[in-house]
Amino acid sequence: MTAAEAPAWLGRRVPRIEDAALLRGRGQFVGDIVRPGMLHARFVRSPVAHGRLHSLDAVAARRAPGVRGVFTAEELRPHLTSLDLAVAMPAGAIRHVVNPRVLAADEVCYAGEAVALVVADTPHEAEDAAALVQLDIEALPPVLDPGAALEPGAPRARLGCADNLLARFTVAYGEVAPAFEAAPHVFRDRFRLHKGGGHSVETRGVLAEHDRVDDMLTVWSSAQMPHRNKGVICAALGRAEDRVRVVAPDVGGGFGPKFVCYPEDVAVPLAALLLGRPVRWIEDRRENFAATTAERDQLWDVEVAADAQGRLFGLRGRLLHDHGADTPYGIALPQNSATNLLGPYVLPAYRLEISVALTNKVAATPTRGAGRPQGTFVMERMLDRIADELGLGRDEVRRRNLIPPSAMPYRTPLTTRDGAAMIYDSGDYPACMADALRLAGYEDFRARQRDAREAGRHIGIGLSNYVEGTSRGPFETAAISIGPSGQVVLSTGASAQGQGTATVLAQVCAGVLDMDPARITVRTGDTAAIAQGLGAFASRQGPVAGAAVLQAARLVREKALLAASHLLEAAPEDLELVNGAVRIRGIPADRLSLGQVAQVLQGMPGFPLPPGLSPGLSSSVAWQPEALSYANGTHVAEVMVDPETGGITLLRYLVVHDSGRLLNPSLAEGQILGGVVHGIGHALLEETLFDAQGVPATLGYPAYRLPSAPILPRIEIHHRETPTPLNPLGAKGVGEGGTIPAAAAIVAAVEDALRPARIRITQLPVTPRRLRALLAAA
Amino acid sequence: MSEERFPISVTVNGEPHRLDVPARLSLADLLREGLRLTGTHLGCEHGACGACTVLVDGASARACLMLAVQADGRSITTVEGLERAGRLHPLQQALADHHGLQCGFCTPGVLMTLVELLDASPSPSEAEIRMALAGHHCRCTGYQGMVEAALSLSGGAGTDR
Ligand code: FES
Ligand code: FES
Repeated sequence: MTAAEAPAWLGRRVPRIEDAALLRGRGQFVGDIVRPGMLHARFVRSPVAHGRLHSLDAVAARRAPGVRGVFTAEELRPHLTSLDLAVAMPAGAIRHVVNPRVLAADEVCYAGEAVALVVADTPHEAEDAAALVQLDIEALPPVLDPGAALEPGAPRARLGCADNLLARFTVAYGEVAPAFEAAPHVFRDRFRLHKGGGHSVETRGVLAEHDRVDDMLTVWSSAQMPHRNKGVICAALGRAEDRVRVVAPDVGGGFGPKFVCYPEDVAVPLAALLLGRPVRWIEDRRENFAATTAERDQLWDVEVAADAQGRLFGLRGRLLHDHGADTPYGIALPQNSATNLLGPYVLPAYRLEISVALTNKVAATPTRGAGRPQGTFVMERMLDRIADELGLGRDEVRRRNLIPPSAMPYRTPLTTRDGAAMIYDSGDYPACMADALRLAGYEDFRARQRDAREAGRHIGIGLSNYVEGTSRGPFETAAISIGPSGQVVLSTGASAQGQGTATVLAQVCAGVLDMDPARITVRTGDTAAIAQGLGAFASRQGPVAGAAVLQAARLVREKALLAASHLLEAAPEDLELVNGAVRIRGIPADRLSLGQVAQVLQGMPGFPLPPGLSPGLSSSVAWQPEALSYANGTHVAEVMVDPETGGITLLRYLVVHDSGRLLNPSLAEGQILGGVVHGIGHALLEETLFDAQGVPATLGYPAYRLPSAPILPRIEIHHRETPTPLNPLGAKGVGEGGTIPAAAAIVAAVEDALRPARIRITQLPVTPRRLRALLAAA
Repeated sequence: MSEERFPISVTVNGEPHRLDVPARLSLADLLREGLRLTGTHLGCEHGACGACTVLVDGASARACLMLAVQADGRSITTVEGLERAGRLHPLQQALADHHGLQCGFCTPGVLMTLVELLDASPSPSEAEIRMALAGHHCRCTGYQGMVEAALSLSGGAGTDR
């Protein structure tokens, strides 16, 4: 970057441009948007986990007050290219293609699956009428346990699939069997790793309106990937791309589940088309528990082999993944778990056999961390096991296995899901851990622990390292346009759910155009603003959209300078862009605002544009990262455990992370804080439960427990900044790193607090009841 | 079939309203749909998330659990009523300064609770602030920025009593 571009705005704690509206209650979330003549939708959902849907009687519902329409699969089918939503992401290992259906037709495969849609004048009327729809369902035995699902002769979760093995694949490299034969020490553990849902405070919502004048279907949706939703809607309804617009307005948190394109995302727009009126559906919290995708159970059975110094020889085992009843997002979850297990360590040989089981539950799709916390948990806990068994420090075992900075870029023997080699681009893992241990006072902890124990308090410390592949491609887009008004409009395919995306992208743009970021209008999450885009997933938007914005802003800058050179009759090298205007160096009075330049580039009938220039002061860029860039970090947790009650108190939580160059430290810290707290929920609280028939047993709060302010310590965050060579801003993603190592660090601390009792925690979340049971058995 | 309606008079953000409301209409729906004050958000509609928190005669209440008819004769303050003459309430400004909001969905309810807290006890401790926030879900921020925002306005800033 040249000095002029050395964006003054980057790396600074620029206040968020999003806040002004949100603080005043002037956000525009889907549920806040009202269209003239708008109707309200309510879905009728399967009350059972598995059954044959023989018939559906909607006579009473159709006659209920205010009802404008009741739609079943049969009624929607003629208007759809397919009742199946074409959303599955390809993976060779998938044996059964089970797309979600817009509405279930003859078989229901999870409790909460939508079978009909009622539209009425008010939400109350729609809800009342939906309760009148009579379902004739013959219950079938539900498949709930992923292990039992794969037993020979197990009932089938879907009658159309010959068995319940959705996918089987192996992640492996190196000489595994010889490594285990040669290793002086082999330890085995089994883990049951539950992870809960996204639990954005705003539920899902869809509002669709068809404008007959221009045949435009506009869909406002609380979505993380509006461009993808648009593609699915176009395909399902057979509409041309220029006749569908999807807008993600203000979105009240995403955390993964909102990047799925759901049946409701197609059913509601279709109802709006059929009724000729706008239709809005706002998910209620019970539906969110039953019908919004979440993570769930993974069962791991692994062995680790090491030498007497604690150096890893190999790791092998099996992973059984509870997939749910259909496939809205491929098998990314167990894939991430398997590959992220490696973490920042040298693991010479590895073999994990992964089985993905169909069950009669809502689909499991990524939530913050996306399967990586589980893989990290297994590796970190096996390292702790080695340390404890061999009488070594847990920190020392890690030190002996960390990838040294001299090995960067480090080519792991694995491939990522796009088939490319998995290469850690940059980072100093040992230094990162050393920082964390020093800041946490790890050295003194044993003394503090002894003192505490003498005072009757059981305190413990836990440590966990992680890496995260961030900035996933294939691309993200940015377009900048400046009109005669001088207003800078930055449009991007990135989408925002609270990260501060608009602020950080405005910072990048403002740095290049030398202006206040607050003067830039950022349009995110609107397919009408920019033709292509991907959106929010895989900790990517700051760096990937940021790089696109950087390039787009540079193009606009170059063009403005070139155009101004004609207008001011000066060489482009003699011009500078200062405070949003072009001027001749040394002659500040001779200046042209960007608006004036734009005016000229807009053209006048019959007059030529300045030579060598195309119309418009604008640019459009799709930036494609060449590979994932790997962020890393170390978390240290200190806890106090009450052995009587099993209660766990977090005393301290410290993060040292490296996500490359920080674009806005406040925003990065916000991502880490939210991520850590999500991880604390994962470790201690959050659990989605089902009854013996597969009906969700957690349908509200506090049955499902979320982290709340009083149980949390101040979380201390320290930054390291190793710029990645893979990104022109040097930035890596930061959205999920907070969650990835949290459960491992906390569980390690709990075990440590209870020494000398040698308990081994192998199930998440660690509830007081589970902990008491472990202590009773110890 | 039209639902029976009941007359109420209610003051919202200083403005008096006379309205006829159905018996089962919640205060939240009255504010959001009836008065188009959509800053009061709904995250759970069962009293657990706190997103719908408003002040009723100065005391925080969950607008999803309260019926509109129960607001008869009361004075309601919502997030839209915090700004004074175009200036943010100090707590709104503090929340922005301390990165106490991300998606902003929980924010209006959090603001009302913290306004009540700081009105009642001008120098709350961190523990008191955290207790006051116990009834709010925020999935984005980890609550830390909110705590810091409230502490920055607390007379006894930083001291745990
Ligand atoms: S919406 Fe009222 S408490 Fe959640
Ligand atoms: S800021 Fe998103 S839920 Fe609190």
